[in-house]
Amino acid sequence: MARRGSVIKKVGLSGVAWAIGFLLFFPILWTILTSFKSELDAFSYPPKFLVFDWTWENYEVIQQRSDYIGFAVNSLILSLGSSLLALLFAVPAAWAFAFAPGRRRKDTLMWILSTKMMPPVGALIPIYLIFRDTHMLDTRTGLILVLMLMNLPILVWMLYSYFKEIPEEIVEASRLDGAGLWQEIIFVLLPMAVPGIASTLLLNIILAWNEAFWTLNLTTTEAAPLTAFIASYSSPEGLFWAKLSAASTAAIAPILILGWFAQKQLVRGLTFGAVK
Amino acid sequence: MGRVTLQNLAKQFGDVVVIPDASLDIPHGEFVAFVGPSGCGKSTLLRLIAGLEDASGGKILIDGVDMAHTPPARRGLAMVFQSYALYPHMSVRGNIAFGLRMARMPPDQIAARVEGAAKMLNLTDYLERKPRHLSGGQRQRVAIGRAIVREPKCFLFDEPLSNLDAALRVQMRLELMQLHQSLDATMIYVTHDQIEAMTMADRIVVLNHGRIEQQGAPLELYHRPQSLFVAGFIGSPRMNFITGAAAAKCGATTLGIRPEHILLEPLAAAATATAMPQSPPIWPEGIAGKIALVEHSGADSYLHVDSEMGRLVVRCDGDYQGGVGRPVSLWPHSAKLHKFDQHGMSMNHATQG
Repeated sequence: MARRGSVIKKVGLSGVAWAIGFLLFFPILWTILTSFKSELDAFSYPPKFLVFDWTWENYEVIQQRSDYIGFAVNSLILSLGSSLLALLFAVPAAWAFAFAPGRRRKDTLMWILSTKMMPPVGALIPIYLIFRDTHMLDTRTGLILVLMLMNLPILVWMLYSYFKEIPEEIVEASRLDGAGLWQEIIFVLLPMAVPGIASTLLLNIILAWNEAFWTLNLTTTEAAPLTAFIASYSSPEGLFWAKLSAASTAAIAPILILGWFAQKQLVRGLTFGAVK
Repeated sequence: MGRVTLQNLAKQFGDVVVIPDASLDIPHGEFVAFVGPSGCGKSTLLRLIAGLEDASGGKILIDGVDMAHTPPARRGLAMVFQSYALYPHMSVRGNIAFGLRMARMPPDQIAARVEGAAKMLNLTDYLERKPRHLSGGQRQRVAIGRAIVREPKCFLFDEPLSNLDAALRVQMRLELMQLHQSLDATMIYVTHDQIEAMTMADRIVVLNHGRIEQQGAPLELYHRPQSLFVAGFIGSPRMNFITGAAAAKCGATTLGIRPEHILLEPLAAAATATAMPQSPPIWPEGIAGKIALVEHSGADSYLHVDSEMGRLVVRCDGDYQGGVGRPVSLWPHSAKLHKFDQHGMSMNHATQG
């Protein structure tokens, strides 16, 4: 009896989980489906779920009209560039917090995180003026800098927590083995932290890819990424559901595919065979 | 060469003084064991020598050069950690070769040295494996291999055997002693296990609250402990301590007698004539008591006896048949009696010297 009860419970729970999953995924699915409809089908009521004339037309139109590829390249450069640059600063910072703690480690870490609590609008005007005067408005370099600074606190925190899990004795062993500071970081620390670094990097690419506030406010055309591309479809052409859906699908597709392939890296799991 | 000299070495973490003032001279080739209970500062002392902790004061001379503020990489020492601390992402070969690679040794020389060390430590068949595919004993050997290929001035061991099971521990103990003989290197070994220290070391340094309580050859510490602390720490089972009137009669605050230096009544009759020529003046009739517990270890039996002097432990023959509750009479070997004053310091030497 108890066993049958638990089977029913398992089936029930799985059902509920699938239902919730589907519910959460449905808007995305609907967007994808709509992007393959003609504008007429997209508006029809009752809505057509799967039975309609599938067409690539919307994608052709958006590429012709607003150069999707150009925006996508910008998105790629901005998110990758800012994440890699941030990593360059975050690794030494996280190393210092994890293995050479000072008296104010906690305070400093909290201070770093607290910068994320300020609404970005508060910094918009000074940054806008600085960008204007240094001619960095609508440049990739400028945006990479801003996105890097925006995500740096999260990177430092994530890497710090990964580094903390590495047994300090291994790092100490490398010091006694004659490794200098950079050799210790490059040959010992980083290889052991690969899963952590990969997932940190991935999360930051996603965050930078989705970032809309700074990218919309500091760019016009040259450095504008996909967020600006979608935005250009939403207000003036709000009635063209199929084209907006195609634009949205095209904007999220790369990051969805990346996330799908990197799932394994996202799941942390380095067993430390060295200790015990 | 590998001579390590500590001069007035001190270490404090914030306001906590871990090592107030330690001075020690370890000549080349000596095997020194730091022992003491946990928290006595023995690991801190080792980490100071290694350079993993910054000294708050004093000097660490390695072959005459003060290295108290030199980074560990440039002290020319090698350390074996309790957790082995192998690099999990490198093969056994990579682990052993790492220090040589850091020293920019030519690859063919590295290969030769790694092969040599692997042969010495029976690791030749495992060179391409990752540490997680090795047993505890093999990992320990890799850690030792990593240390010996660098041909350091001095080896530092931080409780290296405490993660191994009992049988392996005894075997590795022998291998380490063999290693010490064949390498002719200075070794500093930290352990909380006094048996390891007694069996392996040329000299034992007993630490208590960061202070060097006593140092000397193992048997010297066993026979002539200078304080209650050392007397209680060296030797297993522990020395029996007797306080009160009996001690006062000898002019001491505490009397100490080891379990192996007490005879049981039936044997005592025969032994008093030969083995114990000077019968103890304090207990002409022996100490009467009742057996409370018996531990058989095979070769020996240990009787825990409730007597008028409190609970005393006595070593006797492994085949001892007497059970719990049996009345016995104990005969301490008077020449082996230790006397301590009210500060816990030994009075034996004062009277002898």
